Amino acid sequence: MSAAAEDAVTEAPAVEAVPKRALSLGTGVSLAILAAALVAPIFVKNFVAFQMTMVMIYGLAVLALNILTGGSGQFSLGQSAFYALGAYTTAVLMENVNMNYALTLPIAGLVSFGAGFLFGRPALRLSGIYLALATFALAVAMPQFLKLHFLEHWTGGVQGLVIIKPDAPFGLPISQDKWLYYFTLAITVAIYVGSINLLRSRSGRALMSIRDNEIAASAMGVDVALYKTLAFGVSAGITGIAGGLSAIVVAFVAPDSYTINLAIALFLGMVVGGVGWLPGSFVGAAFIIFVPNIAESVSKGLSGAVFGVLLFIVIFLVPHGARQVAIVAQQLIGKLRK
Amino acid sequence: MTQAQLAQGNAPLLAVRDVSVVFGGIIALNGVTFDMHKGQILGLIGPNGAGKTTLFNCLSRLYQPSSGDILMEGASILTRPAHKIAEIGIGRTFQNVALFPNLSVMDNVRIGCHSRTSSDIISDSFKLAWVRRSEAGINNKVQEILAYLDLENVAHTVVSGLPFGTQKRVELARALAADPKILLLDEPAGGLNHEEVHVLGDLVRRIRDERHMTVLLVEHHMGLVMSIADHVVALNFGRKLAEGTPAEVQANPDVIKAYLGSKDQ
Repeated sequence: MSAAAEDAVTEAPAVEAVPKRALSLGTGVSLAILAAALVAPIFVKNFVAFQMTMVMIYGLAVLALNILTGGSGQFSLGQSAFYALGAYTTAVLMENVNMNYALTLPIAGLVSFGAGFLFGRPALRLSGIYLALATFALAVAMPQFLKLHFLEHWTGGVQGLVIIKPDAPFGLPISQDKWLYYFTLAITVAIYVGSINLLRSRSGRALMSIRDNEIAASAMGVDVALYKTLAFGVSAGITGIAGGLSAIVVAFVAPDSYTINLAIALFLGMVVGGVGWLPGSFVGAAFIIFVPNIAESVSKGLSGAVFGVLLFIVIFLVPHGARQVAIVAQQLIGKLRK
Repeated sequence: MTQAQLAQGNAPLLAVRDVSVVFGGIIALNGVTFDMHKGQILGLIGPNGAGKTTLFNCLSRLYQPSSGDILMEGASILTRPAHKIAEIGIGRTFQNVALFPNLSVMDNVRIGCHSRTSSDIISDSFKLAWVRRSEAGINNKVQEILAYLDLENVAHTVVSGLPFGTQKRVELARALAADPKILLLDEPAGGLNHEEVHVLGDLVRRIRDERHMTVLLVEHHMGLVMSIADHVVALNFGRKLAEGTPAEVQANPDVIKAYLGSKDQ
């Protein structure tokens, strides 16, 4: 699907103009967005800052899926399982071991990386929709694992765990929500930059070569099995960190927050943002967070149907998501300059 | 035969020893044996279904021979997985072009350098100093090869939009990026016009002479093989039919029969 999507995009004559920056935005635009993100909390209420934090967190999870699907060409409907793993790792460490919330995140990332890497091994034998189905099973199984009786002492069972929201450090005069916004922003920027570096590196090219042609990739010396499992590991690791962040920000984890619905929402976010285009991940995340609210404000009883119609309109008008919008915008700006 | 070969003594660079491949009940290759010496252009010919591509795929470890051995500089390659073939100096192109269609020409050729470089995901994510140096090295190499094959003006173009002939050249560039000792070319003239075939012949010879490579050429285009190969191996129905200089093989009655059929048929 990513290949098909990219194919169609590259057929448009306009793409000649953006061949190298296809993964990300230009430096100028990126810095402008970062500046806006830095000052935004000053002007908004705590709840809006919280929602923006959630956009970044879901954005990280969508970005992780984008690395897997857009980068290495593998599908996953199981991202909610890695998200849950990260969230629970953070929650359990904070509640049971009293660990500092910031320190739990690298551990959540490592645990999820390990789980993703191990899952990637057997998944090597599957591709396309079969892989999607195997990961789907993972997403379905995860909430039930978290409810297991013998883990209840740690996980809180069906009830889940309530976490104490951290205050701003060093006596900074900002609210918890706004502090967590900046905390999340810092981590998001770091992961975003690292992901772009990764995809533009030798490892990233190896992933994309596998996506485009496995046999040729292997003839070039690319260890297909290794890079495919690494893609799963990296994707799961980033998703785990996003999950850990969500546990801190929401201050609560429960098995039923991490059902297959979350995995599907993340998949949706990737498609709406544009498969393989990392900045689109955050547009996609905003879509999956805000559009259901908009749908609800249109009609309480039929919010699902309204959401469906809105989604249909978006997919129909811009099948390649936010990426397509960005390319068209770039063309327009180019024309105006001339 | 060639001067290069004489200088090397008689140890072959690549030795194909009694290789057989069986798919189900079909014998695709039956005890094929030949040597390749350094600096040679070896032409592998044969009618459709003779086993040329099968042999080729054994050399790049896509197929596992049922018996026999393939030795590169005296060591068997059959213990290596497919992705560890490039690093011992065997590079290839594909019959119907197997590029990475969504990537630019430059990225395709960069991936050609994969087996000659190293990195890990952590260093790559942080773009550490040694990774930047390695990338700079890769870029220099890629620039040099693009200039060599006259591909500089399409360096940033996505390959799926390029004409077939150019794509074939990109594939050659990608293979050259790993500095192979042996270059396996699977029907490089396929789909090219008369003029392009001529240019290709000169190019293959230039690559052999200037980049010191040994070339295994699988080809249907007899004119090309006969004009540039030093040594020709003819296959038919999975067996070696004849071997020798282009003139010898061309005059071989079995080869003529395989291509044209015998009088009494």
